[in-house]
Amino acid sequence: MSDSSTLDATASGIPAPQADGVTGFIKDWSADKQTYHVPWGKAMMWIFLVSDTFIFSCFLVGYMTVRISTADPWPLATEVFALSFFGSDPIPLILIAIMTFVLITSSGTMALAVNYGYRKDKKKTVILMCATAALGATFVGMQMYEWSKLIGYGVRPWSNPWGAAQFGAVFYMITGFHGLHVTGGVIYLLVVARKVWRGHYDKEGYEIVEITGLYWHFVDLVWVFIFAFFYLL
Amino acid sequence: MASSASGPQQHPLGIYLKIWTLLFVLSMFSYMVDYFDVQGVMRWTLVLLFMALKAGFILAIFMHVVWERMALALTILGPPMILLVLIFFMAVEGNYTEGARVQYLGHEANRSPLHVEH
Repeated sequence: MSDSSTLDATASGIPAPQADGVTGFIKDWSADKQTYHVPWGKAMMWIFLVSDTFIFSCFLVGYMTVRISTADPWPLATEVFALSFFGSDPIPLILIAIMTFVLITSSGTMALAVNYGYRKDKKKTVILMCATAALGATFVGMQMYEWSKLIGYGVRPWSNPWGAAQFGAVFYMITGFHGLHVTGGVIYLLVVARKVWRGHYDKEGYEIVEITGLYWHFVDLVWVFIFAFFYLL
Repeated sequence: MASSASGPQQHPLGIYLKIWTLLFVLSMFSYMVDYFDVQGVMRWTLVLLFMALKAGFILAIFMHVVWERMALALTILGPPMILLVLIFFMAVEGNYTEGARVQYLGHEANRSPLHVEH
């Protein structure tokens, strides 16, 4: 901990207390100085992400509530999201599985981009960030396909052909809000990648790549919960 | 809480590649649960287990929480815990609503959804 003063010095000017764990936790909060020894942008991103956690949680808890409280049968996600290729039998949930793999791949490229950023390898950082953005855009494209497919089936926010009417409302609301986050993330990634490329952060350091990465991993994290609760259970 | 003596910038690439592979494998397992049509308690257990592991690894390693000081880590992980109370309340409330719909409005609770025509 104590050796992290170089990072803290650039971040805030106040070195972190020379203690770790619980003692460090108490010292951070009681020192009457700065509590978080990270760059301010990173602290603010985390606070934004915690608030975003509550928004997504409200959607997911709302989904749980309508699903528990309806006496109508809930449509079978495994059949609704099945897909057939070249006239094969429909493979259950395959589109969602592919989307999950695309998003996890993008999280991996983002993690590598952060790592190369801290190594000051500008070229690799930019390439990996662009790859992340491309994978994110792919994800959104597949989601658009999924939406158009469900609209074609006659799924509406107020009704669907198979069971509980709330299915459509929950589906469009949750995946729509998540897709909006991915879309925003793609734009954010491209903006930051361009600035990295132009040397904007050569002097002030590459923390911004990590901060962008936090947002991107969060989007992946939310998908983990949506995948489990909405598609699998 | 691991020490962040070297700061987040000096982790070897290997750990990211390992976690990345692990996330792939766990996602594959989640999908297999659906593909092989595991149902009932086993489905819930497996899906929630794989979900928790994936979420944990993303938070801890990809989002570097394991290397952060406890003050920041608890700011991130502490407040969302209150959601467990919300989940509990809404589950109780939802059960009550369903019971009322069945008992007073005559809704039939044990129907199966219609199958999807592709």
